[in-house]
Amino acid sequence: MTVPKIWIHAESRDSKVATISLELLAKARELADTVEAFHCGDDADTIATELGEHGATTLHSSGDLGGSLPSAPLATALANAISSGEAPDAILFGTTYDGRDVASRLSVKLDVPVITNIEELDADLTGHEQIFGGTVNVKTQIKDASPKIFLVRPKSFAAESVGGSPAAVTTLDSGDVGNTAAAKVINRHEQESSGPKLDEAEIVVSGGRGLGEAEHYGLVENLAEILGGAAGASRAIVDAGWVPYSHQVGQTGKVVKPNIYIACGISGATQHLVGMKSSKNIIAINKDADAPIFSVADLGIVGDVHSVLPKLIEALK
Amino acid sequence: MKIAVCVKQIPDPAEEGSLDDATKTLKREGKLILDDSDAYGVEMALQLADSAGGEVVLVSMAPNGETNGLRTALAMGAESAILVSDPALQGTDALGTAKVLAAALKTASPDLILTATESTDGYTGTVPEQIAELLEWPSVTFAKSITIDGDKVKVERQTEVGYDEVECPTPCVVSVTAGVVEPRYPSFKGIMAAKSKPLEEKTIADLGIDASQIGWEGARQEIVDVAEVPAREAGEVITDEGDAHEKIVDFLKEMKVV
Ligand SMILES: Cc1cc2nc3c(=O)[nH]c(=O)nc-3n(C[C@H](O)[C@H](O)[C@H](O)COP(=O)(O)OP(=O)(O)OC[C@H]3O[C@@H](n4cnc5c(N)ncnc54)[C@H](O)[C@@H]3O)c2cc1C
Ligand SMILES: Nc1ncnc2c1ncn2[C@@H]1O[C@H](COP(=O)(O)O)[C@@H](O)[C@H]1O
Repeated sequence: MTVPKIWIHAESRDSKVATISLELLAKARELADTVEAFHCGDDADTIATELGEHGATTLHSSGDLGGSLPSAPLATALANAISSGEAPDAILFGTTYDGRDVASRLSVKLDVPVITNIEELDADLTGHEQIFGGTVNVKTQIKDASPKIFLVRPKSFAAESVGGSPAAVTTLDSGDVGNTAAAKVINRHEQESSGPKLDEAEIVVSGGRGLGEAEHYGLVENLAEILGGAAGASRAIVDAGWVPYSHQVGQTGKVVKPNIYIACGISGATQHLVGMKSSKNIIAINKDADAPIFSVADLGIVGDVHSVLPKLIEALK
Repeated sequence: MKIAVCVKQIPDPAEEGSLDDATKTLKREGKLILDDSDAYGVEMALQLADSAGGEVVLVSMAPNGETNGLRTALAMGAESAILVSDPALQGTDALGTAKVLAAALKTASPDLILTATESTDGYTGTVPEQIAELLEWPSVTFAKSITIDGDKVKVERQTEVGYDEVECPTPCVVSVTAGVVEPRYPSFKGIMAAKSKPLEEKTIADLGIDASQIGWEGARQEIVDVAEVPAREAGEVITDEGDAHEKIVDFLKEMKVV
């Protein structure tokens, strides 16, 4: 059983489609006869190829927004397209900064709810959300509202190329958005980073408050480097200013799903667990035998990070 | 400058959450407290009001007349509060919540509305932008910092790879990222003063909201199933006797990563 049509929000950086968008395409293909993408930006012709390879037949493009944040112009353009008869059965957004914003504005324009934090979708468009740190699965259906809007968490589905031809690019018209689009980006700041990206690395070593002080995060970075992985963090030490936000793993940070996740001095709060619980293998080092992180660990070490980590680094060198 | 801050009052997150058997939604009974996530918005608003001059008004929606969390934020230094409370609000979804908050915010005529990026108990993260759209205002989400510059705000907006500098004319809605300021603790004097600060209670009828938009009726989403997720198979837990690092090396070797 499939539905006729699903739209997905395509996001890109440097003319490369974001992994989350490809994940959405993979799921949408499973659920619908026709899968189309929409986006804003000046790279429609380039990303149409990659989107097509992953199964999108059309890319609805609102073009470059001249620095406006996307939520108001893109939501307006989508609402216009929908009211002129283009309506899909469902619209999938990734849980990203812009995805959340566009979905929210669109929900008001169409007066339909948004189902958030989705990790699985059934053929009848029932959405699954895991709550209480991933211990309880809740299935939700949208009643009497169409299209159904879902915000999907990254890493919920596996991206898969099916070798389709480039998506046909059509124009999305936002018309007059007025004052709602008045927020403009003046300048962008990007942090330099080396090594694999946190959400793509096969090995992630994360540190938490148990490291004691900012300087000790070097142990985590050191271990990550030796293993060819990326260094992550709990929100506690991001909030404390030890490491930049881009390292944060969890509900409000990155979702990671590496082969190996090593948690050092992290208690395992539900909001941290939702960001890493799907890792294939989890190793935890914590001096408190009752720390919740041990409930998801394949190998748990009850011990002091200051003694275990230096020895581990030495042994691996 | 009049700054309105949306503050949600939630069950103490330190206590284990549970679902109501009948409605399958989060239980929200008993005393509610100020959502930690909103304490950052309150602090940010107080700092802006201090530097640019102005007042801070709080807006909250709760079905049960709860004022405990609002009193905490008043004790931090906000001038006044509006609480929308009505038994009919039981079961309201995010879109309905945004409709109620937008209507209440309108009555306060603020120049700037601050929210958190997501609440601790609901974490839909959709309410801030929904409010902005309902008011037909521009908005900036995920603010790390805000400065007021005449009739616009300058915001550092967090991104995947760093941050963007964003400018936005007021009135607008800005959602504030957790951890970016240090929320002040209410002083004893603040706590005493909060007891007599104006706290206006409004009902759905006061705001002219159609009852079909809110509560169980208005929520067009239905939880159809709740099930426990099979627990991850328990792993091996050992106590470090000085050689635990060898265990980890063995494990990594088994996984063929070293
Ligand atoms: C809305 C919301 C969103 C959130 N989003 C996130 C998120 O995205 N990511 C996230 O991580 N958190 C998030 N949190 C915060 C989360 O609830 C926890 O507060 C946080 O994860 C705790 O970080 P921690 O484990 O480093 O610190 P703590 O909970 O303080 O744990 C430190 C651990 O270190 C151990 N320890 C201490 N000393 C040593 C030592 N010498 N050797 C070994 N172990 C030691 C202790 O036993 C303890 O278990 C969020 C919270 C809210 C309300
Ligand atoms: N009932 C409420 N009362 C006041 N503010 C709220 C309420 N619900 C949500 N908000 C605001 O909107 C933010 C995002 O909430 P949510 O969309 O539920 O994640 C919260 O952090 C609050 O700032």
